[in-house]
Amino acid sequence: MPDFIKKGRNDMVSISSQAIYMLWLREMKRTWRAKSRMIGALIMPLFFLVFLGSGFRRATMPDMPEGVDYITFLIPGAVGMSLLFSSMFGGLQVLWDKEFGFLKEIMVTPVSRLSIVLGRMAGGSTVSLTQSFMILFLSMLFGFRIHSIFGLLMAVGFMFLIAFTFIGLGLAFASRMKDMHGFQLVMNFVVFPIFFLSGALYPIQGLPAVLKPLVYLDPLTYGVDGLRASLLGTSVHSPALDFTVLAVICTGMVTLGSVLFETSDVGQ
Amino acid sequence: MPVLEVQNLTKKFKQVTAVDHLSFQVHEGELFGLLGPNGAGKTTTMRMLTTLLKPDSGFASVAGHDIIKSRKDVRASIGMVFQEPALDRQLTGRENLDFHGRMYGMKKDLRKSRIAEVLDLVELSDRANDLVETYSGGMQRRLEIARGLMHFPRVLFLDEPTLGLDTQTRRRIWEYLRKMNHEHKTTMILTTHYMEEADSLCGRVGIMDMGKIVALDTPKNLKDLIGADVITLEMECGDCEIFRQLETVKDLVEHGNRVSLMVENGERKIPILIAFAAEHGIQVMSVELHKPSLEDVFLRFTGATLRDREAGNVERARRPGFRSRRR
Repeated sequence: MPDFIKKGRNDMVSISSQAIYMLWLREMKRTWRAKSRMIGALIMPLFFLVFLGSGFRRATMPDMPEGVDYITFLIPGAVGMSLLFSSMFGGLQVLWDKEFGFLKEIMVTPVSRLSIVLGRMAGGSTVSLTQSFMILFLSMLFGFRIHSIFGLLMAVGFMFLIAFTFIGLGLAFASRMKDMHGFQLVMNFVVFPIFFLSGALYPIQGLPAVLKPLVYLDPLTYGVDGLRASLLGTSVHSPALDFTVLAVICTGMVTLGSVLFETSDVGQ
Repeated sequence: MPVLEVQNLTKKFKQVTAVDHLSFQVHEGELFGLLGPNGAGKTTTMRMLTTLLKPDSGFASVAGHDIIKSRKDVRASIGMVFQEPALDRQLTGRENLDFHGRMYGMKKDLRKSRIAEVLDLVELSDRANDLVETYSGGMQRRLEIARGLMHFPRVLFLDEPTLGLDTQTRRRIWEYLRKMNHEHKTTMILTTHYMEEADSLCGRVGIMDMGKIVALDTPKNLKDLIGADVITLEMECGDCEIFRQLETVKDLVEHGNRVSLMVENGERKIPILIAFAAEHGIQVMSVELHKPSLEDVFLRFTGATLRDREAGNVERARRPGFRSRRR
């Protein structure tokens, strides 16, 4: 063994900051080179914002917070949506690496599985946070005002939690899927229901009782509610409750994703 | 102590035993080949030895590290060139190498100098800053070999390193491998189903069939097991039994107007045979010399030609549940 490779540390758990940095750097380079993908990912939340926002501008809905017009109500939802989609996509990126064989190259290096997961988290969260900030910034250009500076900081906290939650979930799915065929299935049967049930587009109080349990199982419900609390100063639950529940779910998801990734028969 | 030791290594996929109580040893600095048809279990063996797949039973150590108990140490000691491309096509050649170097914890200066060195070795220096997606198949392969060698592995595994490449590129790749093997004493273990590759590149060859090694020796010794060269003469007329008078002819088989003569050092015996034929008024129309090849060795040990086996594997591949083992 060449001397530059450090010896004798535990097989699976040692963390290599250089490897995490490299995996992050790779993600940045790839994203930068596929700028159109980044722009494309921005378009959908913006469309929702612009078309739904202007279409329902005059509509009155029960359970809407006092003094908040629909488009303002929708902005935290669009931020949540962009975080959900890009983070899931980030976790599912493992499938692309599998498809193009690069995952084997990563797995045969002496870097621990944990470092690989952390590198993926770092890269994925950077990309999805950048996207959601772009949405926030664009809405501010059109007159949206954030509740307070403290609110903005709180929002960043929620954004991180949402990103890690769904990267973890994406990683979990990617670790148990053989190839890309399941990708569309995951998008249709997992991502879209999570999005629609989260209350990103409408107040959740009005949903029929049958759907309520699903709404409260949906991690994004707490994320969007927390973002509304931070950005608009109005929410269904207290932001502390949202934060606590989301943090617990996030820890669970990240653990699940890492464990499934570490135990997957990669490159089979 | 051997740098690679394999004892009774076994891996099953559902009903199929891909690798069946495999045992062999490779010593430091060897260029060792596993030769066999597709589906013989070569790739599965490689995947187990490189810690990407857990064996069902048996033992193996690479550079003194157990492939199950000390996977990280094994990974740190080896390089791997995969059968299918394993490059990031959205990165440049240099970036792919840089990624590799950092994953192996190489310091910046060492990384830079080593990248330049291996790019030079595989003659890709002028394309280093282009995206890999613009590379040809042969260039991608060369880049992968450069990458496998970059961190000075003690053992380099190559799974079908020249699969699907043209003859010229293949020969160049053989040259790089010989050079690295010679200059850095890098032990190399490669799989191939090209007889020619095993013959000209490897110091020792293990012939693999249905998960087992059926013969293992130097290519020359293996071919000597088959014995004599065969010279086939096509004749206008004459009694071919007369060739038995020659001492060099060990045996002969007559078929139609042809006769196959078993001799040693065939290329030296052709003039003698022609002269002898002329003396006895036999008109020779054509001469064919067949030297024993590893193909014959394979035939001898398995009772099938490589082509037969590959055709058989296509049949097996159509059965559900079989495909998964090939990826």
